[in-house]
Amino acid sequence: MGILHLTRAVYEAVRAHGEETYPHECCGALLGKSTADGWQVEAAVRAGNTRTDSAHNRYQIAPIELVKIERDARRQGLGIAGFYHSHPDHPAQWSATDLAEAHWLGCSYVITSVAQGKAMATNSFELTGATEEEKRFEQDTIDISDECIAPQRG
Amino acid sequence: MTIFIPTPLRLFAGGHDAVEVTAATVAEALEALTQAHPDLRKHLFSGEGKLRSFVNLYLNDEDVRYLTAKEATAVTAADTLSIIPSIAGGK
Repeated sequence: MGILHLTRAVYEAVRAHGEETYPHECCGALLGKSTADGWQVEAAVRAGNTRTDSAHNRYQIAPIELVKIERDARRQGLGIAGFYHSHPDHPAQWSATDLAEAHWLGCSYVITSVAQGKAMATNSFELTGATEEEKRFEQDTIDISDECIAPQRG
Repeated sequence: MTIFIPTPLRLFAGGHDAVEVTAATVAEALEALTQAHPDLRKHLFSGEGKLRSFVNLYLNDEDVRYLTAKEATAVTAADTLSIIPSIAGGK
């Protein structure tokens, strides 16, 4: 099981975003530095959800927004460590849709369940595998400063 | 021109986040990239040699699939090409 290191500010920002967009899914990018001990995430960047047709259960980030997020990240000496989104009234577990639409191998996908407008569990999953055809999610442990958050139910 | 490599593909591009190539078109730039880093090819292209559907290409801030000449679009040394795999999902 890998470890995703988040600052407390990032952890709370990701969860707050999910609460704000409820009952719709929120989404965004996580910026940080890759180390031997896993990604050290330093910033969460909110993104727009282009799936306005089905925002209660789908999200998509416009590629042009990612172009700009990556450009800004490079200026800060950071890389894209992964992405986050929320599951309104649904567990913080990856779905078949999440896996089918995930293509950033080596990056973490952070999911927060938001029940009745309140952030509940936040879990992280690394997309592993050598190719698109072999990809799979493996659960991370989320480490916030000195506090390790084990995988959460809900 | 500069080709920006996304996080998941850097391992196959010698660890680089950007690669400089000399090319006259977008297609030539991709060919030069995969010639220099052959392991990238299977991640960018299907077995039939077509760009994978989830791979987005941006020439500066323009989506290549919406340019009139698409991958035959001419490029200059000052241009940049960003490779951006799609991000989507849902519960």
